Amino acid sequence: MALDDKQQYQTREFKVVGTRVKRPDGVDKVTGKARFGADMSAPGMLIARVLRSPHAHARINSIDTSAAEALPGVHAVVTRADFNEITDDDFTADILDNCMAGDKALYDGHAVAAVAANSPAVAKAALKLIKVDYDLLPHVTDVDAAMAKDAPVLHEGRTNESVPDGMSPNVLARYEFGHGDIEAGLAKADRVIERTYKTEATHQGYIEPHACLASMGPDGQADLWCCTQGHYMVRNTCATIMGLEQGQLRVTASEIGGGFGGKTTVFLEPVALALSKKTGRPVKMVMSRSEVLRATGPTASSSIDVRIGMTKDGRITAAFAELRYQGGAYPGSPVEFGSMSAFAPYDLENVKTVGWDVVTNRPKQAAYRAPGAPMAAYAVESAIDELAKGFDLDPLAVRLKNAAREGTKASYGPTFPAIGLEATLRAAKDHPHWTAPLGENQGRGVACGFWFNFGGDTCVTLNITPDGTVTVSEGNPDIGGSRASMSMMAAEELGIPYEQVRTIVADTGSLGQNEVTDGSRVTFAVGLATIEAARAAKREMCKRAAMVWGIEEDAVKWEDGAAHPAGENAGKHPPMTLKDIAAVASNTGGPIAGHHEANPEGAGVSFATHMVDTEVDPDTGAVKILRYTVFQDAGKAVHPDYVEGQFQGGAVQGIGWALNEEYIYGDDGVLQNAGFLDYRIPVASDLPMIDTVILEIPNPGHPYGVRGVGETSIVPPLAAVSNSVSEAAGVRLTQLPMSPPKVLSALHSK
Amino acid sequence: MVQVKIWGSLAAMTDDQTEIEIEASTLRELLDGLAGKYPGLKPQLDRGVSVAIDGRVYNDGWFTPIKPDSEVVLLARLKGG
Repeated sequence: MALDDKQQYQTREFKVVGTRVKRPDGVDKVTGKARFGADMSAPGMLIARVLRSPHAHARINSIDTSAAEALPGVHAVVTRADFNEITDDDFTADILDNCMAGDKALYDGHAVAAVAANSPAVAKAALKLIKVDYDLLPHVTDVDAAMAKDAPVLHEGRTNESVPDGMSPNVLARYEFGHGDIEAGLAKADRVIERTYKTEATHQGYIEPHACLASMGPDGQADLWCCTQGHYMVRNTCATIMGLEQGQLRVTASEIGGGFGGKTTVFLEPVALALSKKTGRPVKMVMSRSEVLRATGPTASSSIDVRIGMTKDGRITAAFAELRYQGGAYPGSPVEFGSMSAFAPYDLENVKTVGWDVVTNRPKQAAYRAPGAPMAAYAVESAIDELAKGFDLDPLAVRLKNAAREGTKASYGPTFPAIGLEATLRAAKDHPHWTAPLGENQGRGVACGFWFNFGGDTCVTLNITPDGTVTVSEGNPDIGGSRASMSMMAAEELGIPYEQVRTIVADTGSLGQNEVTDGSRVTFAVGLATIEAARAAKREMCKRAAMVWGIEEDAVKWEDGAAHPAGENAGKHPPMTLKDIAAVASNTGGPIAGHHEANPEGAGVSFATHMVDTEVDPDTGAVKILRYTVFQDAGKAVHPDYVEGQFQGGAVQGIGWALNEEYIYGDDGVLQNAGFLDYRIPVASDLPMIDTVILEIPNPGHPYGVRGVGETSIVPPLAAVSNSVSEAAGVRLTQLPMSPPKVLSALHSK
Repeated sequence: MVQVKIWGSLAAMTDDQTEIEIEASTLRELLDGLAGKYPGLKPQLDRGVSVAIDGRVYNDGWFTPIKPDSEVVLLARLKGG
């Protein structure tokens, strides 16, 4: 849907938006009252557990469940045989295969059966009684190894039309973007560098494991409670897998303890529904941390070649990158987004990227904040930094010299409208962090990042209650403060206090289709729908006031939370506040509500610049983050606390990706570090306070200028930290994570 | 007619052209026109695309107007985390 004029940005004086109001979920969360996925229960509920493949790649010849089914307390066992095959939808067929393996186990941790029993102990005991007859197959977990012609093959016939003949069947798609003439551009450079960079798979690391409770009745109606970033997606996917009509499956989203993209698909929910269908009882499933790491989506690992030419005054003459991403055992690594975003911050005459989507014997990757972009930015920003430092140029000045601006033809095709990259770079250059002194073994790194943002299907209903309070129903789980933001935008538009509004996340039976909470879309798209719903309610309230006053509707205007006569000719009437109008709603036509359903476009792209100081311990190779500052364009920060939290969270996840987090596979293809003791995410004591600078360059596609902020913040940190560590160590590092052994090895190689 | 830029790896389906002309005044006409004129693009169109029109990205809106002088760029379908 194209935006109409009123949905475009219009300057205004904000009263509620931009303030730091109390978050509505705070008390419940700090007192333990908030109900997360695992907190749901139902009378007669069974507990289910999943049997997972201990092998990286194996043919499943047979599964004997008889002994498990005979165990007292066991109510049902399901395997793939309990699901209908999906033959006309590869995307959903892959999701089903990931939830429950078919003829092959494709990675360590792949589900092969599930048991529903009276208790967790009985379910666990029953898993040991299931006999799976496997034929072990050769496996591959490294992206470059998987592309070799003699690599073990996961699937035959999944390669799409973009892949040239003669490549491994593990190579499923090829993407190419760019313009200009790379070789001609490189010929104009004073120096060309060519480097290969590697990043490991990292998990989204949400603190709440996946959990759900399913109840399916004999009448074909079903209910599902789960922690998810998108309960409408859960409904639609599960309905397809289970052969249900979407309207017969009601899904309610719980509070969510983090998602970061990893909860934009299903893992347990179809299995729980199948067990509930088979037993006629509600079935609850909760993953352990080990299961989360072994069987839910980390992001892709990558191997990237970069070739960039630069003149001695810092102008990039040509830039090329070849990106190879493995996305686990199924198609769909985010390499196209890596290829599109790699050079997006720069205004380049000659630029080209080639991306390869590759499968390996690893868990199916799931989206992770700005999927595909951080690895690409790591490679590109590392190479640019090395070139700038090689010419003894200021790395921020080099980025400013080449920065994309309004009118730049982006490396992925379109011409940019007004964008905020230059503002973030100038803010970084002017910040005291940039000129603060550094000590021995310390270094400073900077990097830029980009993300697209988008809108998507969105519904909001805004109800005026009889006492004049306001309830807003949105259909997106609140993972980043959307309930506060929607209440603030509704209050702003209605001209009432924030405390007069409460926003809830409605179930799938209560609103029309809503896109998943992803793509940094919610504050933009749901915010736009909330504003429009509030405007609809205002129109209705003006109409009611006109009825009371006996004047025409268009002789009434809405100001400061009340209807007023629009001018002298409308007569002299005391203003009717929202509460006054609500009190007589039954007398003037019935309850008052506003709603808005749309697929808003115009989200507006986003840029950030990060700056980080690190110190390298020359004896151990350990890296300490000393100081970190994020500079990012938020369009308009609706609730600055949440915006700062998004900036800080992205930076911290990027620091973990850069320094410690990695999936470590043994020679047997089995994950070696499936727990938070061995998979090391940063904790508060590892970090300084992450400083933030919010820039506000209004997004022309949103009435309040809002731009999504959730994803861009994870794009620059991998490179910013690497550039900082490389300076501190005095040697360029080209592989992540920069864990102590790798840093020590680099130090010894000097 | 509108000029449509496509990404490089799709050019194999369009006689090696990365800029093609399609008779279209809306997004739906554009997508139908691409599939009709270049059937080799259909698998990618079925998998999903986004379209940037004058710098703004559209995922779905069939009836989004396209002016003859609009900049139209086919993109891989945007998703997020």
